[in-house]
Amino acid sequence: MLRSRIIPCLLIQNKGLVKTVNFKDPKYVGDPINAVKIFNEKEVDELMVLDIDATRENRGPNLEMIKNLADECRMPFCYGGGITTVEQARKIINLGAEKVALSYSALHNMSLCQEIGSIIGNQSVVVVIDVKRKKLFGGYDIYTHNGIKKSRWKLDDLVAKLEEINVGEIVINSIDNDGTMQGYDQSLVEIIREKCSMPITVLGGAGSLDDIKKLISKFKIIGAAAGSLFVFKGKYRAVLISYPNREERKPIY
Amino acid sequence: MIGIIDYGSGNVQAIATIYKNLNINYQVITKPEDLDKADKLVLPGVGAFDATMQQLIDSGLKDKLNELVFDKKVPILGICVGLQVMGYGSDEGNLPGLGWIPGQVKKFDETKIELKPKLPHMGWNVINDTRNHNLFKGIDNDFGFYFVHSFYFECEKEENILATSNYGGEFTSSIYANHIFGTQFHPEKSHGNGVQLFKNFADLKLC
Repeated sequence: MLRSRIIPCLLIQNKGLVKTVNFKDPKYVGDPINAVKIFNEKEVDELMVLDIDATRENRGPNLEMIKNLADECRMPFCYGGGITTVEQARKIINLGAEKVALSYSALHNMSLCQEIGSIIGNQSVVVVIDVKRKKLFGGYDIYTHNGIKKSRWKLDDLVAKLEEINVGEIVINSIDNDGTMQGYDQSLVEIIREKCSMPITVLGGAGSLDDIKKLISKFKIIGAAAGSLFVFKGKYRAVLISYPNREERKPIY
Repeated sequence: MIGIIDYGSGNVQAIATIYKNLNINYQVITKPEDLDKADKLVLPGVGAFDATMQQLIDSGLKDKLNELVFDKKVPILGICVGLQVMGYGSDEGNLPGLGWIPGQVKKFDETKIELKPKLPHMGWNVINDTRNHNLFKGIDNDFGFYFVHSFYFECEKEENILATSNYGGEFTSSIYANHIFGTQFHPEKSHGNGVQLFKNFADLKLC
């Protein structure tokens, strides 16, 4: 049987590892390569690395950094941040990533997803959707550029479009829940699960292994991603890279 | 020496790192003429079928591989789309495959996958190694291997099936024919199980 995936998500800023709250107040948590080495030892299911400044600074992916990370990774690895061309995506896969994640560039230009998919295979194209709850009337708005620019896409329409063009995976990221460690926004996941049939990974809000267990028990096969949970320990948020071992994971899957 | 074929597709470096850590002699090979030096070959792959075949053709590796693998019986391990190109062709593309192992690459039937998510088949799954082959010696099968694909190899002959897995029904997750091996999963990204498989491949005694 296919298992759910428990995925540490690492955010990169100025070549260092950071963790945000509601996409703000990045706190430095260490060196990315060191984190990858620890996650190798812990045999993580998959790793996601997002360069959160690339799009906002209007620059491409840092291929040297990606190479260094990919050389170290013994687990499947998804990179996102600043990818705007097919050539960049191809290079990143050749450096050893299994998947590339797009956000703004995909929302802005859907045909880019299709062009990239025709070269690296649709299964390796991931679209990250950053969402924030609307203040009035309910529902969600979509944001890009690290939570700064509001997108014109409606969530339902976007998910339907991604299903239509057959991308490999959606990562749904809750800006409201980011770094709060108060649990996942399950109603958000329900909306996405209803609208599409591809794999989903959920990011934003995981504060305990129990939160992950709840997500998996409700949605069966799903990607449960977390940042704070795997880089902080205790209520004072001391930096400590951690991940459940094989035995600790068994009851969660 | 294990020759890891670098034709612009797949996790060449991840495989090189594994062999380096195992202290097994390896070389990353980009030029067709350098393939002669290798005792065994690894053909990695991440990509669409046609894009991968085209890269094999353009680099001149296709003809050389046919000579070494088909005529001279050099052992080879293909990974993911590196397995898929060993058949006659794929529903994903139009180009013919290498045709080393009789079979066709097909898309999973989504209607048979009961629950969402459907495709791609992505994540950790277990394999059923019915032949007890040395390639899988010492594998922790509860832990399994990492998969990311929507297409699978359908063997024409049962004798070429080395392992199966389950996703909306049983499918072939590893193939072989004497000295030719392929895995649909990614051993280079499957932690200890993958390392063990690469070691097993290097240790295989084939005639």
